[in-house]
Amino acid sequence: MKKSALPDPFAQAREAKGYGTIEDQNDPVTMLLRLKDVRKTAKDTKTFQSGAAPGRIVVPSEVSIRDTRQIPFEVDPPMHGEYRALLEDWFKRPEQPDYRESLEEIITELVDEALQTDSLEVMEQFALKLQSRALTLLLNIPYEESDTWIGWGMHVFRSEESALDGDKAAILYDYIDAQIDKAIEHPGDDLYSVLLDSEIEGRKLTKEEVKGVMILTFAGGRDTVINAVTNSIAYFAEHPESLCRLDNEPEITAHAVEELVRYFSPLTHMGRVVTEDTQVCEHAAKADTRVSLCWASANRDASTFENPNEIVIDRKMNPHVGFGFGIHKCLGATHARQVLRVLLGVLAQKVKSIDILEQKDNIEDWGEFQRKVGYDSIQVKFHGKD
Amino acid sequence: MAKITFITSDNETIVAEASSGSVMELAKDNNVTGIDGDCGGVCSCATCHVHVAAGDFDKVGAPGEIEADMLELEDNYNEHSRLCCQIDISDAIDGVTLHVVN
Repeated sequence: MKKSALPDPFAQAREAKGYGTIEDQNDPVTMLLRLKDVRKTAKDTKTFQSGAAPGRIVVPSEVSIRDTRQIPFEVDPPMHGEYRALLEDWFKRPEQPDYRESLEEIITELVDEALQTDSLEVMEQFALKLQSRALTLLLNIPYEESDTWIGWGMHVFRSEESALDGDKAAILYDYIDAQIDKAIEHPGDDLYSVLLDSEIEGRKLTKEEVKGVMILTFAGGRDTVINAVTNSIAYFAEHPESLCRLDNEPEITAHAVEELVRYFSPLTHMGRVVTEDTQVCEHAAKADTRVSLCWASANRDASTFENPNEIVIDRKMNPHVGFGFGIHKCLGATHARQVLRVLLGVLAQKVKSIDILEQKDNIEDWGEFQRKVGYDSIQVKFHGKD
Repeated sequence: MAKITFITSDNETIVAEASSGSVMELAKDNNVTGIDGDCGGVCSCATCHVHVAAGDFDKVGAPGEIEADMLELEDNYNEHSRLCCQIDISDAIDGVTLHVVN
């Protein structure tokens, strides 16, 4: 198997019964594995709730380490729609030409640096920097602020020892509290200030609500974007013909991005809390238990995707759920898509080939399923076109 | 060349013409409100949902199985629903009217 491959650990369970069960801090989770079940469940926000105790829909559960509700992702209709409406226009800004140009500058600088070095660790030295610098555009704050986030290292939300490290998460929470206070004193045209000035149901957003949105903005787009960027580079290292094709046919770039997101599925799954006794894929689900929507499994469902375990770089029909599905679909998807589209464009233009020198896979452990989601580290060498 | 009429949910009428590409791309090029086309046209985001005018549905045709699976979970789905990223522009659809759902 190729070093860049992400095998599908769910195939057998998906076909045989459609779900898997995992233990999570005495609050077990039934993982839904089939595309149609995942989509249907994502749409049924009444039976499958997001507005449970803060942290409970995340797997592993974060109930024991946080009280702040992440917004709008841990809110159900009708309030969900009110919050989402406040945010949609802001999170669509990545489609604007000047935003794209700024991203292109950030990514070009990183690729040019990468071409100058003999050995590059992609996660820390490329993807973390890219994600952090691009986030300054999404928040509309000075570029220099990204140095702080890069300084936090890869794992501000979780530590090497634990996936649930409250002390680590506190760094981010304290930082956001301080930024909110700063924006109250000196309002500007950044996301903090825009949110503080926003109204919902005829009143201003509270500091706690602003914090809930900001935590989600930081957390939701960190390891997901870092994995997508790193996995893309590993894929192109072993598929230089795809890079060459993107250079010759830039019009397939949007298709390529969707296919990479389908194949990589940077977020494995997301939970919901069952509000009444029901059934999921003919399996009883009791009220107050948890199910999860396994995007990674759904995206390999052979009943919809031909050759699901291959990257077909110009796949035309690609109804993937890599950015989720339904009302909670990823708010940062426009930004993430633009990051990947620009990255592919710059790589195709400047890079001839990439060698993988060393790698350590990042394998997630979900009980009976072991899933490679990316890398703990991957050392590469870029070769330019000239 | 095909002439397509879009009617937005605010009842704005936009008439646009093209000879190739998808109807979603045409809508985006002409800033039709309610057609986002986030996924670039691979049938994954359902942000280009339209209702084909009843008299034009035969010209446009029914969705394929994968598109139909997406549509049936959408709000305001009806028997004339299509995702317009999956409608190719050709002379065959000249003159059709599409009501934008979102």
